[in-house]
Amino acid sequence: MNRVRGFGTSLIAPALAIGVALVISALVILVIGQDPLTAVKVMFDFGDTPSQQTQAIVTVLNRAVPLFLAGLAVSVAFRMGLFNIGVEGQYRLATIVAAGAGAAVALPGPLHLVFIIVVAMLVGALWAGIVGVLKVTRGVSEVISSIMLNFIAAGLASTLLTGPLRGSGEGASIITTRELPESAWFPDLNGLFTVLGLAQPRTELFGFLVVAGLAGIVISVLIKRTRFGFDLRASGLSPSAASASGVDARGMVVKTMLISGAVAGLIGLPDLLGSTHSYGTEFTAGLGFLGIAVALLGRNNPLGIAFGALLFGFLDRAAIPLQFADIPASVVTIIQGTIVLAVVVANEIARRLVRRRAEGGAAVSAPSTGDGSTGGGLGPDGGLPPDDGPGGAGPDGGQGPALTSATGSAGRSDTTGGRA
Amino acid sequence: MSTAVTTTERSAPSRGPVTELFLGGGRSRRITWLLVGLIVLFSAVRVISGEAALTSSSTFSAALLLAVPLLLVALGGLFAERAGVVNIGLDGMMILGTWGAGFAGYQWGWVGAVVGGIVAGAIGGLLHAIATVTFGVDHVVSGVAINILAGGIVRFLSELLYTDNPAGGGVTQSPALSSRPPSFSLPVLSSGPDLLGDLESKQWFLLSDVAGLLRGLTNGVGVLTVVAVLLVPAAYLLLWRTAFGLRLRSCGENPAAADSLGVPVYRLKYIAVIVSGGLAGLGGVFLVFIANIYREGQTNGRGFIGLAALIFGNWRPGGLAAGAGLFGFADALQLRSRTGVVALLLLVAVLLAGVAVYQATRRKATQAIIAAAFAAASLSGYLTIDVLPEGIVSFTPHITTLLVLSLASQRLRMPKADGLVYRRGEH
Repeated sequence: MNRVRGFGTSLIAPALAIGVALVISALVILVIGQDPLTAVKVMFDFGDTPSQQTQAIVTVLNRAVPLFLAGLAVSVAFRMGLFNIGVEGQYRLATIVAAGAGAAVALPGPLHLVFIIVVAMLVGALWAGIVGVLKVTRGVSEVISSIMLNFIAAGLASTLLTGPLRGSGEGASIITTRELPESAWFPDLNGLFTVLGLAQPRTELFGFLVVAGLAGIVISVLIKRTRFGFDLRASGLSPSAASASGVDARGMVVKTMLISGAVAGLIGLPDLLGSTHSYGTEFTAGLGFLGIAVALLGRNNPLGIAFGALLFGFLDRAAIPLQFADIPASVVTIIQGTIVLAVVVANEIARRLVRRRAEGGAAVSAPSTGDGSTGGGLGPDGGLPPDDGPGGAGPDGGQGPALTSATGSAGRSDTTGGRA
Repeated sequence: MSTAVTTTERSAPSRGPVTELFLGGGRSRRITWLLVGLIVLFSAVRVISGEAALTSSSTFSAALLLAVPLLLVALGGLFAERAGVVNIGLDGMMILGTWGAGFAGYQWGWVGAVVGGIVAGAIGGLLHAIATVTFGVDHVVSGVAINILAGGIVRFLSELLYTDNPAGGGVTQSPALSSRPPSFSLPVLSSGPDLLGDLESKQWFLLSDVAGLLRGLTNGVGVLTVVAVLLVPAAYLLLWRTAFGLRLRSCGENPAAADSLGVPVYRLKYIAVIVSGGLAGLGGVFLVFIANIYREGQTNGRGFIGLAALIFGNWRPGGLAAGAGLFGFADALQLRSRTGVVALLLLVAVLLAGVAVYQATRRKATQAIIAAAFAAASLSGYLTIDVLPEGIVSFTPHITTLLVLSLASQRLRMPKADGLVYRRGEH
């Protein structure tokens, strides 16, 4: 019962948010003198022939795979209360180094792929590890340091691209690394369409979809079913409580950043191994920032992130058709931005509603003193706890009422937090 | 107990007259000596490396030009964070400011640009305030969302208003501004006889460097730049010397206590975050003035660097001005001279060697060894590298930010309730 209700509440917030975002976007389209219904029609118009329709699905899925990985990378850190804005830099540096390393060695098929994946994960982990180490040894906020490392990674990537890893000749308009040998091309999943009896699309469906799914399962198990994951979630919910129960907070920060960075290293690989086969100036950018949005949308739960990634993939596909219908493609970015803002606001409102209901239940014994010392962002969204620990750790959190309401809302946030 | 007392008693007079000269007196005297030391160091590095760009007046005037946007963003951050709202969205507000300045500037000249930029930035601030203060959304999350949203909005508006505009412009840029803001040079010193310019061209040790610094700060300075610099003391007076400032800061330290004393916490937070957005937008206006046009991606992450300047400055007006100056200088140097950045490595080597010696005297072996190793690395970098690749030079300000923060961050103290969501009656 409780489970069902909790699940329902966790769905209401994103649904509400997407609704609000759609209304705002419709208003924006109205303002520029176009018909929102046309826009909707264009977005859902996947083409006339069966081949075009499967092509549209492939485009959405191919875009969703890297977005899913980006969301996953961000969510691992989120769960711990860390904000990894550095995913952008981590995946770009990881991708170019992996592309360079992959082109430099000759290995048999599967081994070559494994080699590239491992290199990318190592580079991503290393780059994110710097953030973790700076945070625990020098107290540098991970937000600032990871943003600075994004710029540094971009500079390093362009230096590597124009210098040692340059593969294209002088005077080429697009500079790329050397093309990967065919043993490092990831097999596509187009056989799936034949099995399902659908028409073949023009392009390939990324086989990396399987790896992304595996990564999602591994991360999910790691966070929900292991001692490490328990420590991680505990530190995210209440750093002081976690360290009181013997969790090495500093070690956890570094380890979490390493895992987050390793996942981030995978983000560029679907494109690299599946379609471009080299890293170039035109390589997909901005996935790291979109990953933050996707993670927020999916409430840090791998399944939710998958839905968020599909939604964003769907919206991104619509950009070009919208352009043909005389609607600026940047409408898509606006929809995405408003969805994120609406989602975080809706999460917050849902959290408050849930807590009010919980407090209502407890109010028989203790009239709502509104203490709520579980405070901060420790809601069912598993969102960000404030840096300095929850309000309850402060001197102003009264102990008496804290106990009564903590049993109500902490218990609730635990049950929903497990799923959310 | 008694031994502790005697050691302190003994240590005070054990300062020699030289130590007393450097470390005695108040903070202001120490800061003065620090500045003098830095200038001497710079001028020594300039003479050794033969890199005139390091202390030339053109570098300093570019540094001032680039430091002012950072200064304004950091001031914006100061208002928000002193009121307890972390503002990662500064970059987005700055982006909105650049667009507003471009839009108003091409139609109504530089005055229009200033107003347009401030208003656009303040709208971003308002959005952040609604999300964080009214809805209690996590501050960092809301800020990041605003950054994403701002990029989308400006692209959308440009697409809408500039693509078929007879005045020019396009999807990624506005038409050029219709008038430039006024500027002036100090007569005699920097223009006319230009005494400082003469002195600078002599290339004398120390004297020419100081002349370069002064000429850079007085030659062709925009009137608005002067106004922006004056905003620093103004912010100090407003936040630390008025009742309004005390109340605003109390929202960032202990909002519950402030609320219980009748301070309108929500309203003050709203005001602070909106002002913050306006200042960030004004920072964007200065970027537009540099290029005389709005261009997409003009901020290039300067909002974040401004935030770092704020943290480096320990959430104080004077400190953040120093931080903005430092990052502005690093930015100017990388734009003006790629070889100058190499000379910077020598400077870093000298500074780190100093840190190593200092840590060694305090018997902190690990820190001393780390500092010495990095000093040796930068020295060898200086000796072996002629010109750094463009990609690496481009992130000079960012790596400076990172280095400075990792050296400075531990002694900093942020406002106590900074970043905590405050809900009336829940604390």
